[in-house]
Amino acid sequence: MIVETGHFALALALALALFQAVVPLWGALRGDGMLARTAQPAALAQFALVTIAFLALTQAYLASDFSVRNVVENSHSLKPVLYKWSGLWGNHEGSMLLWVLILALFGAGVALLSRRLADDMVGATLAVQGMIAAAFLAFLLFTSNPFLRLDPAPIEGRGLNPVLQDPGLAIHPPLLYLGYVGFSIVFSFAAAALLLGRVDAAFARLVRPWTLAAWIALTLGIAMGSYWAYYELGWGGYWFWDPVENASLMPWLTGTALLHSAIVMEKREALKTWTILLAVITFSLSLLGTFLVRSGVLTSVHAFAVDPERGLFILVILVAFIGGSFVLYALRAGAMEGGGLFAPLSREGALVFNNLFLSVTALAVFVGTLYPLLLEALTGAKISVGPPFFNAAAVPLMVPLFLMIPIGQKLAWKRGTLAPSLRLWWCAAAGLALAALIAYAERGGPVLALLGAALGAYLVLGALDDLVERAARGGRARILGRLAGLPRSVVAMALAHAGAGLMVLGIAATAFETERIASLRLGERIALGAYTLTLEGIAPYTGPNYSALAARFALHDATSRLAELAPAKRVYLGREMPTSEVARYRHGLGEVYVALGEVHEGSRVDIRAYDKPFVLLIWLGPVLMAFGGLLSLSDRRLRIGIPARARGLATNPAE
Amino acid sequence: MRPFTALFLLVMAILPGLAVQPGERLADPAQEARARRLSLELRCLVCQNQSIDDSDAVLAADLRRLVRERIAAGDSDRQIRDFLVARYGEFVLLNPPFSERTLLLWSLPALALLAGAGAVWTLFRRRRAATLAAAPLSAEEEAALRRLLDTPRQD
Repeated sequence: MIVETGHFALALALALALFQAVVPLWGALRGDGMLARTAQPAALAQFALVTIAFLALTQAYLASDFSVRNVVENSHSLKPVLYKWSGLWGNHEGSMLLWVLILALFGAGVALLSRRLADDMVGATLAVQGMIAAAFLAFLLFTSNPFLRLDPAPIEGRGLNPVLQDPGLAIHPPLLYLGYVGFSIVFSFAAAALLLGRVDAAFARLVRPWTLAAWIALTLGIAMGSYWAYYELGWGGYWFWDPVENASLMPWLTGTALLHSAIVMEKREALKTWTILLAVITFSLSLLGTFLVRSGVLTSVHAFAVDPERGLFILVILVAFIGGSFVLYALRAGAMEGGGLFAPLSREGALVFNNLFLSVTALAVFVGTLYPLLLEALTGAKISVGPPFFNAAAVPLMVPLFLMIPIGQKLAWKRGTLAPSLRLWWCAAAGLALAALIAYAERGGPVLALLGAALGAYLVLGALDDLVERAARGGRARILGRLAGLPRSVVAMALAHAGAGLMVLGIAATAFETERIASLRLGERIALGAYTLTLEGIAPYTGPNYSALAARFALHDATSRLAELAPAKRVYLGREMPTSEVARYRHGLGEVYVALGEVHEGSRVDIRAYDKPFVLLIWLGPVLMAFGGLLSLSDRRLRIGIPARARGLATNPAE
Repeated sequence: MRPFTALFLLVMAILPGLAVQPGERLADPAQEARARRLSLELRCLVCQNQSIDDSDAVLAADLRRLVRERIAAGDSDRQIRDFLVARYGEFVLLNPPFSERTLLLWSLPALALLAGAGAVWTLFRRRRAATLAAAPLSAEEEAALRRLLDTPRQD
């Protein structure tokens, strides 16, 4: 009954989405405020209905209702509750339901938080959001229905892919979807602004919090995915240029560009056509990502859905939305007037530079990801485009961008000079000194990694220097007080840019890791950098839904025993392939990482062990970036710059 | 040892484990380092987007062994790549070689950067020309300007 309620709620949501796609738009274009305003209750009701559907499926998972096909295929009664619950989106149907839920969430968010907006703007925006919702609800109901029943119901489910049975599953997909589905609302705002011919600074200010919110979630989602891959896949890699990873990186790159170009549009009314185009492109890339992952055109680690019917359906959605928005853009872009003028050497110029390099990087990733697919489709030739290509394409584009960040922050608006950037020499010198120090301590090292370390340090110091320099403008006295009094958006920018620097440092540090591949007998030891690993025992154990074999190692440094590490191999019920559970020991920002390989005659094991200095910076950097985003979201400008609501509060003191 | 445990240990033992296994490695560290570097550029053909260095698949292990055999036999990196391409096609190379087939792949990012930079440059030039040429002062403005300039400064 609950399952049927969910199914019915989903069908109702589709009907409502169709209404939301047509009626408010009609109202907005006709200037009928009453019809346009129907969008708000429609969006809220749609969110409520999709939430009911989502909860119904959640209940089926938690109760292990094996009369529901989706539950049978992806769950097991012995699975821990966390994975029963998060296993909902560990499969095609469930993850599309999550997609639609987040789409509805953002629609409801706009309906609630946009009271100061003109009726026609809200109406048109939510109508576009309704069109996207209608398309994906139809996709869900007609090709990927999670509520189908099975009769007779089997006694037991087939279980969830063991690789996915990790707390990462509870965090990574929702964050990633909040990010890339969140850009839908920015797309809807852009389409509405084009439809109504109202592309101005107010638009940039309007979309900024939404773009930031989506960007924060996407940043954290990608970082979380990378961290998960690092500890789950057993060889300590953190980025594989896998097509599915690329699918999330592309909207991140253009979304980051959008965040920067919207600043120019907000402050100077310039780059309007470009900002709108970026908003359209960013969500188009999210749609493309959904297509790549959900259609099964790529068979990669993440793509668990292989069904051409679904692929075709999403392709039609993709072509309709991308094509439609580009036609609209082509028709309306000419009508937009260019805004404020600026010299090439100015803050605006630096942000244009940022946009150029981020967009070209996104294009390089796009070409590398789709090229083998298109080549095979057109000529039948199969080639691989792997990490060597992406590194060769992305690194030369990222380096000038990173070099430019601290300089750009010091350029004045409209027309700047390089004079204020001259004080950055100490950041560059400190970076190079760090590289020299590392080279001395490590007796050499790859030149690129040393330069990477210098670049990372330059970025972090450059970001901090900017804060100090701003605080010192009124003289040295009370510098700390002024530092604390800097606007949040300024601190946010510094933190986000310092985060990029930390990430670069972490990536550079991977060149200095120690790797040992060895075969050990009981009691035998190996040296691992400054540490020693001793094999102390091998023992099987059982978990709730798996049996495992763990090797117990003692980890020593020169003076004492630090920890016991027990990497294991697990075989889950009903699955044949074992999964590897690595064991890690954190020291400062680095980690000792041990993965278990073959076990011979119960007394000898093969292991792969690493000492990875500063490896955690790779993920702490993006976390700091996201924190910068949050801080910027809480800036005065966005908190208080809501005149209508403030006025509303003033007239209703009782509230 | 209970029968289940024994069976379990047996299953664990026959299943392939790590990417590179200790037994596979070459004795000469320089040759082994070459093998690792080369392995990172070769695709595990049955896997999904993994290099043979990363993969646990049996085929990947076979290819790793093959690469090391050729290195031990004195082949150059190029000879080994050519040998694998002859056997498995270009699909095996994660770093697609520059050819007419991959011309667009390798040149598009650079072309896009040039085109983008060109577009930005033209935009600045056109803007500048427009500002310079724009709006000669009207007769009234001219008069207003003259009035302002002719007024003696008050300070």
